[in-house]
Amino acid sequence: MPMMPYVSPEQAMKDKADYARKGISRGKSVVAVAYDGGVLFVGENPSTTLRKISEIYDRIAFAAVGKYNEFEQLRVAGIRLADAKGYQYAREDVTGRALANAYAAALGGAFTESFKPFEVELLVAEIAGDGVELYHILYDGSIGDEEGFVAIGGSAEAINERLKEAFRPGMSRDQALQSARQALVGAEDRQIGAERLEVAGLDRNRGRRKFFRMTPAAVASALAPAEDEASARADR
Amino acid sequence: MRLPGPLPDGGSGFGAMGDPFDLSAPSFSALLRRQVPDAFAGTFSGGGPAAPDHVEGTTIVALAYGDGVVIAGDRRATSGNVISKRDMRKVFEADRWSAVGISGAAGPAMEMAKIFATELEHYEKVEGAPLSLEGKANKLAQMVRVNLPLAMQGLVVVPLFAGYDPRDRVARIYEFDAAGGRYEERRFASTGSGGRDARGSLKARYRPDLDRAAAADTVIEALWDAADEDSATGGPDLVRGIYPLVAVIDADGYTELDDQAVAERVQAVIDGRRGR
Repeated sequence: MPMMPYVSPEQAMKDKADYARKGISRGKSVVAVAYDGGVLFVGENPSTTLRKISEIYDRIAFAAVGKYNEFEQLRVAGIRLADAKGYQYAREDVTGRALANAYAAALGGAFTESFKPFEVELLVAEIAGDGVELYHILYDGSIGDEEGFVAIGGSAEAINERLKEAFRPGMSRDQALQSARQALVGAEDRQIGAERLEVAGLDRNRGRRKFFRMTPAAVASALAPAEDEASARADR
Repeated sequence: MRLPGPLPDGGSGFGAMGDPFDLSAPSFSALLRRQVPDAFAGTFSGGGPAAPDHVEGTTIVALAYGDGVVIAGDRRATSGNVISKRDMRKVFEADRWSAVGISGAAGPAMEMAKIFATELEHYEKVEGAPLSLEGKANKLAQMVRVNLPLAMQGLVVVPLFAGYDPRDRVARIYEFDAAGGRYEERRFASTGSGGRDARGSLKARYRPDLDRAAAADTVIEALWDAADEDSATGGPDLVRGIYPLVAVIDADGYTELDDQAVAERVQAVIDGRRGR
């Protein structure tokens, strides 16, 4: 029988965490910002078909960074859980908290049990009454709830710092989009055109299904005032 | 709480990611059968005597006009010769671009409408794009076919499906039989115990150049004619203010006519028929 070299549990977990973090930091970041009508997700995504932000249920949305095939699998599993639960009980019984816990359990289980951890970081947002609940789930299953805004992905720390300054409770949707873009641009230290942004969110003023997606044209026109201001400042 | 599906390993042999070529992946009813078999209505298949006759007599009509399609249903539910409900909803929004009208046994029929609507939303969310109109009709046909064992015991469900295809900009109507046969109708269709009378009425009044208002009037007249002849189809209930449910699906999506608008059209029909 071949001898396996001894690896301490601490070392094994650390190696897995490093591996997952490295995978996640290769991708682009996504931010969620609460605004007066709900919550807005903004992410840099050159693809217009392979989405990072998605509808899960009436009041619940999902965003992810990291390895696409892995979070796509988690996204579909979340939709299945939500639809099956809403069918068996009632639509209002499907909550973001339960979904976030399911994701945390799945990621935590995979992190400890399997050879390769998921290289993903997830956000689950829910419109609950007048407020917004934001859950942040990491590759190892750790979960936290956030207030107002949160960034996930490789540059999350730098983006969060910038958002902390720009965030104002009760911002309009366009203001939220502008500050999210500025935070992304500032952290990445390069320009990100409107056509490279994937923007979607939850709007409590919509009907049963609160999820919406902004077209590139709508994103460009929402960002236009901020751009005019920036160029005016540059002219001066 | 456990995530349904192949996470982390559903034993599919494809490892942690499940079977990527699973044909039933975007299907909600397949998910229910797999995960919550007790909740799925279509799996009941015991023998024994025919189920009690809680069959809902109904008339559902649909009519395609230039820019869309109207679908309407009466509001009466019967149990034998007893009127068991007067304000029953038999026309349901399936998704933004389609509606399903149900006739047959009330319980399984409403269940089918509910699963069907969830099915369409589920597919749209998983795949990122809605099913084509024909795809929706085929899915509904499969659900009727799955119900066949129940139908053999008397719990027949026969839906009527109407929708608008925003890609082709055409409205289509699909009729079904109890065995899951699916038949597309170009102009109008009806189902339920009063369906024959409604069809005669539609046949007499249909013109290819109907507009939205005229199409709504025509289906209200057809429901009136059906209620006039069929005891299991309810006419407008002026005393309680219960009117047929009329829905329109066009380029703007699904909308239901409000009670006030239907009441006015019903009054016009009544005035036109006085003495006949």
